[in-house]
Amino acid sequence: MTLLAGKVDEAQRRSAFRRWRANPSALLGTVIVGVIALTALVSLVWTPYGPLAIDTNHTLSAMSASHWLGTDEYGRDTLSRLMASCKITMYVGGLSVLFATAIGLPLGIWSAWNKGWVSQLILRAADVLYGFPALLAASLFAAAFGASTNTVVLAIGIAYIPVFVRVTRSAALVILNAEYVLAALAYGRRPFAIVRKHVLPGIGSIIVAQMSLLFSIAVLAESGLDYLGLGTAPPNSSWGTMLQSAQNYLSSDALLCLWPSLAIVLCVLGFSLLSEGVSELRDERGGR
Amino acid sequence: MALLKLQSLSVAHGDLDLVSDVSFDVHAGERVGIIGESGSGKSLTALAIAGLLGEELRSRGSVHFDGEELIGASERHLSRLRGDRIAMIFQEPMTALTPTKRVGVQIGETLRIHRGVGRRASQIAAVELLGRVEFSDPQRYARMYPHELSGGQRQRVMIALAIAGDPDLILADEPTTALDVTVQRKILELLDRLVREENCALVLIAHDLAVVSTICDRVVTMYGGRVVETGSVADIIDHPRHPYTAALLATSSAIAVDVESRGTVLPSIPGSVPSAGHFPGGCPFRDRCSSATSACLEFPLMESGSHRVACWHPLDENSERGSR
Amino acid sequence: MSGSELQLVGVSKTYPSPGWGRDEVAALTDVSLDVVRGQSLGIVGESGSGKSTLARLLLALEQPSAGRVLFRDEQISGRAERDLRLFRRSVQIVFQDPMSSLDPRMKIHDILAEPLRALGVEVDEAERVRSLLESVELPPSAAKRCAFQFSGGQRQRIAIARALGPSPSVLIADEAVSALDVSVRAQILNLLSSLVTDFDLTLVFISHDMAVIRHLCDAVAVLYRGSIVETGLTSDVFRSPREAYTQELLAAIPRIRAGRGRD
Repeated sequence: MTLLAGKVDEAQRRSAFRRWRANPSALLGTVIVGVIALTALVSLVWTPYGPLAIDTNHTLSAMSASHWLGTDEYGRDTLSRLMASCKITMYVGGLSVLFATAIGLPLGIWSAWNKGWVSQLILRAADVLYGFPALLAASLFAAAFGASTNTVVLAIGIAYIPVFVRVTRSAALVILNAEYVLAALAYGRRPFAIVRKHVLPGIGSIIVAQMSLLFSIAVLAESGLDYLGLGTAPPNSSWGTMLQSAQNYLSSDALLCLWPSLAIVLCVLGFSLLSEGVSELRDERGGR
Repeated sequence: MALLKLQSLSVAHGDLDLVSDVSFDVHAGERVGIIGESGSGKSLTALAIAGLLGEELRSRGSVHFDGEELIGASERHLSRLRGDRIAMIFQEPMTALTPTKRVGVQIGETLRIHRGVGRRASQIAAVELLGRVEFSDPQRYARMYPHELSGGQRQRVMIALAIAGDPDLILADEPTTALDVTVQRKILELLDRLVREENCALVLIAHDLAVVSTICDRVVTMYGGRVVETGSVADIIDHPRHPYTAALLATSSAIAVDVESRGTVLPSIPGSVPSAGHFPGGCPFRDRCSSATSACLEFPLMESGSHRVACWHPLDENSERGSR
Repeated sequence: MSGSELQLVGVSKTYPSPGWGRDEVAALTDVSLDVVRGQSLGIVGESGSGKSTLARLLLALEQPSAGRVLFRDEQISGRAERDLRLFRRSVQIVFQDPMSSLDPRMKIHDILAEPLRALGVEVDEAERVRSLLESVELPPSAAKRCAFQFSGGQRQRIAIARALGPSPSVLIADEAVSALDVSVRAQILNLLSSLVTDFDLTLVFISHDMAVIRHLCDAVAVLYRGSIVETGLTSDVFRSPREAYTQELLAAIPRIRAGRGRD
């Protein structure tokens, strides 16, 4: 009996890394996301200046050796504020996506497994929620609980639950319809074990791609909400609030607007590239 | 003169030949069956004839259709030809039908494009075609979507689409493999009747010799991307000369419904079909063949004549059927 | 040693129809069936005849809407999963599609070890996996590979090895050779025959292919639109089929013959 020419373990793992490296979206996405995450971490312990430190002698100064990206109307160092904003972005994006995943993933798997009326109800509820814009939800929350970073997390998180329910459900259905799941039931595996051993590994890459994509949209939404004053409140810095205050100086100091915009674009780009890369790598393997 | 003439047709993926040096003729109105296991290059040969190989595959050699060379012809020309003169039927019709269009509309569109009839006339003709492929209530089925039909019904819609363009050649790739036996029989009978009525030629690809033998005139056996034997159906099933054809025949005829084989060990072909690129050099069958010798390190030339074989150790013409 | 391994007694199964209607779709109607120990039983039926539902009922993966399912004269339908341990060890299944019957992300070792772990079979895992591979004529090195590295026939061997893991007494094969090429089909059928003898298995072979059932089975039950229309010893049913549907099935099977030139 001749076996197909196959590679063993080690070679497989190596080739996974090689495919990752060879995929431009995945590679670039990882680098950008990595830099942003690193910056957020560094900003916890060090920024060139205090992001809230006011210096009335150097307001709206241009780029210079002491202030690489200049200062704002209160003389606060732009680079320091950009760096500090990274952690708000990571916090809002990460927490809202985690929140949506934590609720949407189990609901999605459950509704894929169970075809009764409760799961139908969940799907209908998800559809209704899906049509409800995150911005509107956020303004309602802001009215109810006051504008804060956590309001934004909650608004974006809730808005994304239906997306996760849908994505998880359709991916899980593919796995649950496979004959190996029936076989597992026939040798006495219970539903929880099947979810752990077959479903989660099977839908993992789809979920990661989706999380990354939603992260990028969350960054946009967060900036938008902050910009509207529904999220992170001044003086704390976020890219959205920076943009909002910088727009007053658009004609005199356009660069002040440029930096936070650039940061938002880069971050959104990074996460969408990462998402696309993960999906492409999955497709390359032919859904293996 | 042959309607379709393949000469040294090869299909390659990069440097790797998946189909090598395939030559055979199909005359007008003739039915040719291509048999072989999965991975023998049957489907690729059909796709190469239709010019449907896709980006990554390249064909060389010659595909002569009614005096015209198809290899290297423009995509525009080929796509015209595919509707008007060459039709294809696939194993899974769901992938070939548009899911969002009613079947009557799909057939009507094909008729409008290829026969140049008007909108109203095409709808009437579409219903008529559905009747010809034995839908009992063609009016009703014309209004259905593909997903509302059973596998056998979808395959009949595919056949209706195939004859809509009034083709000279139908390429059918495992058209009945996914169907139940009773449905399979009906589809084969339908195909047989329509091919006769339309007087078109048929190339039928199947891994089951029984399917090919019921409606074809000639058989082409492929293995490892090469033609290893060709002859009339009677030649092939009475006196197979290539060990591979003989082995396929022995396997097929051993588990037949009219054979009491209970308790016997079925003849099978040792080993399995290697994946592309892992066939041995020379005769691709040599590592599974009991007659193989060092001569088989080189690929044998195809003989000439009507029953031809490419083998250094062909079975005797006079030996009994399925003797090995 | 005779007696029943599995029995269906007046079993019906209905499903709620898709959509909002209140109608139900009957998949099986009043089916009674006796799987006799040591016998190979063929169940022949076309798609839509209810044969997949039948397989799931025999495996206690679904509950009958009416009637009872018995395993060694004890009712298993309606029982809690924890009471089915012995049953789960004793009745195993091989499915049709070699592509979807093995988890593509798992190593063959894990695929074969899973049933042992799930059922708490206390054995040396590596040793057991090796011997399972050997019994389906695959080399021990196969354990380290993933399912996608194997051909359809090889995958079907692995699926059979998985089913043999818990040392079952009944093996249910649901269209287990239908997706395979003729030559590979012959290999798998030979393997199944010898395993049935070597491991003293009771075989339930579900298929639409009468020829294969004739080769493999002692008795046959013909399923048509959710009901069993004919049962009997294979030799009798093939020699003189009583029902029109059975005759139609037998007539439909393509035979090797020079069709056009000779008719």
